[in-house]
This record gives sequence, structure tokens and C-alpha cells, in this order.
Amino acid sequence: MSLRRLEDAANPWVSWQYVHDNADSILAALREHVTLTAEAVVLAAVVAIPLAVVAYWFRPLSGPILALSGVLYTIPSLALFAFLAPLSTDTGLVLSALVMYALLLIVRNALTGLRQVPAEVRDAAQGMGYGRFARLLRIELPLALPGILTGLRLATVSTVALTTVGVLIGHGGLGQLILGGFRNNFYRAPILTGTVLAVALALVLDLLLAGAGRLVTPWARRGRR
Amino acid sequence: MSPGTAVGQAVTWLNDPLNWTNPGGILDRLTEHVTISAAAVLLGAVVAWPLGVWLGHSGRGGAVVLAVSNVTLAIPTLALLTILPLTFLGFGQRPVIVALSVFAVPPLLANAYTGVRSVDPQTRDAARGMGLSGWQLLTRVELPLAVPYLAAGFRTAAVQVVATAALAAFVNGGGLGQIIAAGFGLSIAVGGGQVLAGGLLVALLALAVEGLLALVQRVLTPRPLRRAGRSGDGAVTAGA
Repeated sequence: MSLRRLEDAANPWVSWQYVHDNADSILAALREHVTLTAEAVVLAAVVAIPLAVVAYWFRPLSGPILALSGVLYTIPSLALFAFLAPLSTDTGLVLSALVMYALLLIVRNALTGLRQVPAEVRDAAQGMGYGRFARLLRIELPLALPGILTGLRLATVSTVALTTVGVLIGHGGLGQLILGGFRNNFYRAPILTGTVLAVALALVLDLLLAGAGRLVTPWARRGRR
Repeated sequence: MSPGTAVGQAVTWLNDPLNWTNPGGILDRLTEHVTISAAAVLLGAVVAWPLGVWLGHSGRGGAVVLAVSNVTLAIPTLALLTILPLTFLGFGQRPVIVALSVFAVPPLLANAYTGVRSVDPQTRDAARGMGLSGWQLLTRVELPLAVPYLAAGFRTAAVQVVATAALAAFVNGGGLGQIIAAGFGLSIAVGGGQVLAGGLLVALLALAVEGLLALVQRVLTPRPLRRAGRSGDGAVTAGA
């Protein structure tokens, strides 16, 4: 027991000394994490929103689109990294895996948002002479914004958590700190620092997106999650 | 190395019977994987179901359910997997099971809550009018009607845990992930095939569990309720 207490004293969970001495590598890990997350969510949105629109316009396609992104989502992240690892081991690989996982969350929520546009609104728009694209851009997408934002928020938070798995091929952002600490003789300070930063990053990004959502949908103050 | 050779090596690796039956071979790892996952989901259910059902029955705590799912979504699995072995839980399978069960809680909790909550108020009134007590209302009316939701939550949680359990290999916690991790430890010329084979096994297991539980869920759902589908599903999933 005394040995363990001694060990606890020498290996604290929280160590400002560690943070101070390793500020550079911590910041580099954080930067990589933020970059990967932002790129992944933006790319996923660029792919997912058009997919949701296609599924919305052509109802028979919505089943296959949701099923395909669902299967991609079910593949375990470690397996996905394992599939992709023989191809290369650069950040692009982590990025593509993250995009695949974010895809389903955004497609599903965007589609739900689009389908919630009331039929009367669509009829009115058609009656006013809106074509298919004008209706989409001016009426349907704005009204689906709460759903799209929900998808983006879920995707962002889970991408922040998932990025750490990229450590498997050496690009895991804060995951490098977490696993690095574990492998470095169970050094606790980097583990907790990485964890706290990852959770904080997820919450901050979520709040930012929620705030942006409030700004762009002033009519939906009491909107859905 | 081209992807083609890796696939070839993976097939070769999977075709070697010793890779299946050796100590620490595929069969051992598969058993570990399933045991760990089952324990984690059961542990999660023991905690989440009573809580979710009670919250739904009393009609309070929607905010609690939401907060639990949001916070757990933000915690990286890798972080819990590395932190828990360094606490009083010690190394081995115990911390892995606890870590995984934490991630099983949100879908179980949310679906239990939604399931009980979404019982038709008129049904509830009718049961009350027939003189059922709160407890009888819960066990004879609300719980049976919530079974499809409980099953849906169980399925989501189980698939997620099976997929996530692969990460236990990072902390030497056992399971099929160990095959992948061992492959990464070898030189890429030999290990590439093993990494791919391990990935394939984990993915197949996850898809098999998904399919199997979808079937179970369908059987458990009374016919008139089948159109309700999987609900509460989109709210709280994390693929990792």
C-alpha cells in the first residue's frame, strides 16, 4: 500500500509542471486535433447535405443512402483505420475515416429537417412560382437549418472524441498525449491533460455551433434539439 | 505496399488454422471480445434501465437524460480506457468493461426514458381509472409498451460496444483489437495482412451483432407496434 501511495505522489494526475514544460507539444497536438476535426466536419457537411437533398427529392433513394451511411457508421473505427492503413499513414487517412463517421449523423438530421418543412409552405412556394432549386435554396434549406445544425453539432462532438483513435497511425491529435502518456510508463499528467482538453474542445465547439445556430435561425428560438 | 498484396496476405493469414486455434488466436480473442462486450452492455443496462424507466414514469429528468448523453458523447473512449486501469480498478478486463459500459449508458437510458414517456396518456388514464397503483401501472402497462424501445436501445448500445471494444487493444485489454494491434507491431511487410484481417473480423462481428439484434428486436416487438421503428436512435450514437 505504501508503495502505491509513493507512486501516486510521484505520478500525479494534474501537473502544471508538465503542462508548462511541454506547452509546445501540447499546443501542437491541440492544433492537429482542431484542424482534423474542422476539416472532417466541413468535408462531411459538403458531402452529406447534397446527399440529404437527393434523398429528399427522390424518395426511393433515401432508403439506400441512409442504409449505406449506416453501414459505414457501424464499421468499428479501429477496423476502418486497419483497412486504410496499408494504403498510407498520413493525416488524409484519418481525415477520410472521420468524414465517413460524421456522414451519417449529418445526412440523417438534415433529411429529418428537410422533411419537416410543412407541405403548405411548399405548396405556397410553388404557387408563387418558385422552381425546384429556388424553393430548395430560399425555402426548404433555411427551414431545415435547425435539423442541419443538430447534425453538425452531433458530428462535431463525436468527431472530436473519435479523432483520438487516429493515434493508431500516428495522427491522433490529443490522442497522442493520452496514449503517449499511457505507454510512457503510465505517466498520468499527459493522459489527463489530453482528456480534459479533448472534452473542453468538444464542449466549446458545441457551444459555438449552438450560438451560430441561434444567430442564423432567429425564428426558431424554441427550436428542436 | 499495394492494397492488393495486403488483401492477399490477409486471406493467407485467415486461412492458417493455427491463427485461429493458437493461444491468443482468433477464437480466444473472439471469446474475449464477446465476453467483455456482453458484460459491459449488461452492466450499462443494470444502471441505465431502472433509472430511465423511473425518470420516464415520474415524468421528470428529461434534462438529465439529455445531459448524460451529451457529456458521454464528448468523452473520448481512448481517454477512459487509459485512465481507468490507472485507478483502483487495476489492469486487465475490469477497467475495459467499466469504460465500455459508460458508453452503453446513453442509448439505453434515452430509449428507456422515451419508451415509458411515449405511452399514450389516455392509456395511462384508463389504467389509473381501473384502479391500478403507480407500481402496477409501471409493471403492467408502461413497461410492456416500452419493450420495443428498450430493445432498440439495447441493440444500439450492443453494436456500439462491440465496435468500441476493439479499442481495448490499446491498453492490452484483450478482444479482437489485439490482432490488429499485434499486426501494427510487426513490420508492415508481414503485419499488413494481419491488420487487415483483424479489421475484417471486428467489422464482421459488429455487423453480425447488428443483424442478430435487429431480428431479436423484431421478434420482441408486438405486431401492432412494429411500425414505430427504432426511435431515440439518432439522438445518442457515437461510432467508436
